[in-house]
Order: sequence, then structure tokens, then C-alpha cells
Amino acid sequence: MTVDRTLLPVLPLTLFFALFVFAPLLLLGYVSLHNDMAIQQAGVAQYIKFLGDGFNLGILGQTLWLAACTTVLALLVGYPLAYLYTLAPRNVQRVLILLIVLPMLTSAVVRTFAWVVILGRQGIINEVLLGLAWIEAPLKLLYTPSAVVVALAQIEMPLMVLPLITALSNIPPNLREASLSLGAGRWHTFFKVIVPLSMPGLLAGCLLVFAAAASAFVTQTLVGGGRLMLMPFYIYQQAIQSNNYPFAATIAMILLVSVLAIVMLMNLIGRRFAGIAHA
Amino acid sequence: MREPAQRALAVESGRSRLERWSFNGLFGLIGGIATLLLVAPTVIVLITSFTNAFSLKFPPPGYSLRWYSALINDSPEIVAAALTSLKVAASATAISVLLAVAAALVLVRRRELWARLADSIFMSPLMLPTLALGLALLVLFNIAGTGLSPATLVIGHVAITTPYILRTTSASLMQLDPALLESARSLGAGPRYVLLTITLPLIAPGIAAGAFIAFMASFDNVAISLLLSDARSEVLPIRLWHIIEASLDVRAAAASGLLIALTIILALIMERVAGISRHLR
Repeated sequence: MTVDRTLLPVLPLTLFFALFVFAPLLLLGYVSLHNDMAIQQAGVAQYIKFLGDGFNLGILGQTLWLAACTTVLALLVGYPLAYLYTLAPRNVQRVLILLIVLPMLTSAVVRTFAWVVILGRQGIINEVLLGLAWIEAPLKLLYTPSAVVVALAQIEMPLMVLPLITALSNIPPNLREASLSLGAGRWHTFFKVIVPLSMPGLLAGCLLVFAAAASAFVTQTLVGGGRLMLMPFYIYQQAIQSNNYPFAATIAMILLVSVLAIVMLMNLIGRRFAGIAHA
Repeated sequence: MREPAQRALAVESGRSRLERWSFNGLFGLIGGIATLLLVAPTVIVLITSFTNAFSLKFPPPGYSLRWYSALINDSPEIVAAALTSLKVAASATAISVLLAVAAALVLVRRRELWARLADSIFMSPLMLPTLALGLALLVLFNIAGTGLSPATLVIGHVAITTPYILRTTSASLMQLDPALLESARSLGAGPRYVLLTITLPLIAPGIAAGAFIAFMASFDNVAISLLLSDARSEVLPIRLWHIIEASLDVRAAAASGLLIALTIILALIMERVAGISRHLR
């Protein structure tokens, strides 16, 4: 067998991935398939323990549900922004794109901290409501599931908006004009022409936001607080605080498989949709 | 009295005006809210960081630079964490650039199935829950008996930063005009000479944009660092995470203010030099 020498430059990255992404993930699966904390006795006891317990399933369900809510909220708020971007004049676009990209480059800890400040007992929302005398005591906004969804939707919004902008910019503008001049209204044109044609970007945005929201450790812990247990913190707690590696590995595998399964499912549904749009 | 057709037209145009207003109004409103949402939190943190109070009350009762001076003068642990973060992010970015650019040069030219498959595998860390990857690496280092060190931390960061550079470099390579390379070759330039004098200079902005995004991603990472750093190398985002989680110390606001200012300045420079916003799409 001859080796194609032009392929050599891919070798270092391939080796790195084999050693430090593939092998560790296989090892994680292997460790999760052990019944005892010393990793001696093989078995599926950890999976039975996780899947047979309503408490654990509740954590998984809550994590995926919050990620799904975040995705929908980011889509509802982000889509109009992406659409307006494509209709805006060039100089407005240059400013808008910076406003979208800058938060993405800013540390997630800092952006999460912003929400802690906004939603806190002395934050801007409580101060305004107290000032208007709409409430008598500060509301408990922080450390609730809704706070996590709102903060995450804002923090991950660039991930939704950027692929949408790419997809919407690729739609020939005369399709919209043709639809309008043939008598279809703006809403009709939007839902029948624009949305189906932007499906690839919409899908990419949703996948990115969902995956990011499901594993957003910092925002989940700081805005959700100690009472709201979600999968990423559960992994951390079992591995570092309880030293229970097989169970931590099981939680990590279940989160990994659930996220990947949902991503693949959404991809599949998206292709079906795109097929209908093209037909 | 109007003809029925005319009346129908009048009704139609009334409905279409309502239709247009409702659409433009709603989209304008949500678009405005979205823009405000993108900007407001950062501005609120910046304003809060100049408070003279001991709490994160907004708006602040008065303004001062006391928390910035507390951050710089009386917080050796935060400064040390920031330096560790800089070192880790710089090392991880340098290694990722070498690995990703070399791979991209080959993968972009290949149309076979394996090349596309390899590409999506190399991009996969962006989709994986990072905490799961961190735990997997921790298990590997434990079983291999190496324990944790600054090196293991850098390895974890390289795994999550390579995809950014691979993406921007591949995109730049795909936009490269093949005629330029062909004419260089037909004029007698060898492959190495073409690479060093034509390909690399032309894709340099793409590599720079990817490297910048990778650096910021590494500097910001908590999930990997939480599991892979040894006791001596605490990074800045984890220090801040502990501060915000435990005490809501106002120094966190000052540190955030500094990070925001640095990010804006660096991003504006990089936008001029490499057009990062183009590469993020």
C-alpha cells in the first residue's frame, strides 16, 4: 500500500483528535459501564440507577426543556433582527453586525454576570417596578428557570442570528418583490417564501443554540442558582465533589447522546422541510 | 355610488395597508428589542462597575473608580488568574493554528467522502457538551497516570479551539482564486514557494480571524478548565465564577468592565485587520 504524501499535513490534527477527543470519549463510555466506584466490576448499574430514578430523569428533562425554550425564544427574537439586517442599508448593516458579533466575543461569565446584575434584588427591573410603585417588595427574579431561559436566549442569540443572516442574504431579493407585486401580502410572503428559503440557516441556528444552551454551565449555575440542578452541574458535582466517576460518566454520556440525538433529529426534520420547500 | 370592483379594490387596499403596518410594526418592534437586548446588558455592567457602593445596585448611588483600584491593587489572586488565562489561551491558540491550518490546506482540496467526514469530526467539539469532553479528558489523564498540569489544561483548550480556526481557514481557502496558484505554478514556482508567497499571505486574514475567535473562546472557557486545571493554575473565568457565585463582590463588576473594554478594542482592531464579522458567518 502506498501512502499519499500530500495527506501528511492532516496527520497531526488527526492524531490529536484520536488521542484527545476520540479515545477520551470511548474511555468515558467504558467507565460509565461499571457498577462500582473503583471501576472494577463491569455492568450497566449506573444507567439503571439514572434511568430508573424520577429525580435524575427530571434533571435531564429540565435541562433539555430549558434548552428547547431558549432556542424558541432566541429564534422568535433573533429572526426579525436577521430579516431587518438584510433589508437595511449597508452602513446600518456594518454597525448591526458589530453589535451582534461583539457580545459573542465577550466572555460568557461577564454576560451572565450582567443578568445577575439586571435581575438581582436591587437590579434595574426591581428598581423600576418599585419606583413606579407597581410592586411593594423586590420580586425574586434571579434563581428561577425563566431567568435562565431569558438570560441564555440573550447570551446565545448571536449563534442564532449569524447563520440566519447568511441564509437570508442568499435569497434573491426579487423573489420577495415578485411575491409582493403578485398580490401576496407581507405576512404571506414572509411565511411562504422567506421562511422556507431560510430553512438551512434557521436549522443551523437552532442546533447551535440548543447544543450551547444544554451545556451552558456558567449561566445555568449563576442565573439558575444552587436549587436548580441541571445536567452539566450534576456531572461536575458527581465527578469532583462526590468522586463518583462511573456515575458522572453515565450522566455525561446520557447528556451527550440526548443532545446529539436531538441535533440529528432536527437535522432530519429540517431536510424533510427543505425538500417540501424545493418541490 | 362606486362600482363593486372599485369597492373591492378599496377594501383590499385598506386590508393590505393594515397588513403592511402590522408586519412592519411587529418586525420593527422585535428587531429593536433584539438590538437593545444585545447591547443593554454590557452597558449595565459597565455602568455598575463605576459604582461607589458595596452592592450591585442599579443605577448606582454614586460613581467612583474604587473597585478598579481594588481590583488592580488588592486582588493578587485575580491578577494571577488573568495571567494564567492569558498563557493558556496563547499556547492553545498557537498549537491550534498549526494543527488546523495544516489540515485545512489538504481538506479543502479534497472532494472525497472521507474529507467531508473528517471535516465534520474536527468541527464536532462545537456541538459536544464541553463538560462531557472535559470529564472524558480528566478520566484519560487519570488512567494514563499523568495527573493534571498546565499541559493537560492546554490540551483540553486545543480540542475546543481548533474548530474555529479550521472553519475560517477553510472558508478563506475556498475563496482563493485557483488561477493565482496555477499561474504561479506555470511560471515555475515550486509547491513550497507557492504556499509561502501566495497561499499563506492571501489566507492570513482568515487565519487571524480564526485565531482571535479561538483565543477569546479559550480565555472564556469554564467547563474544560474546571475539570482539567491543577490546583496551582486557576484561570480568570473560574475565579470570577467563584466570586459571583459566592459573594457578588463588586470587584467582579470591575473585572467585567476591563474585559468588556479590552474585548471591544481588540474586536475593532481585528475587524479592521481581518474582518472578523465576515468570518463568523
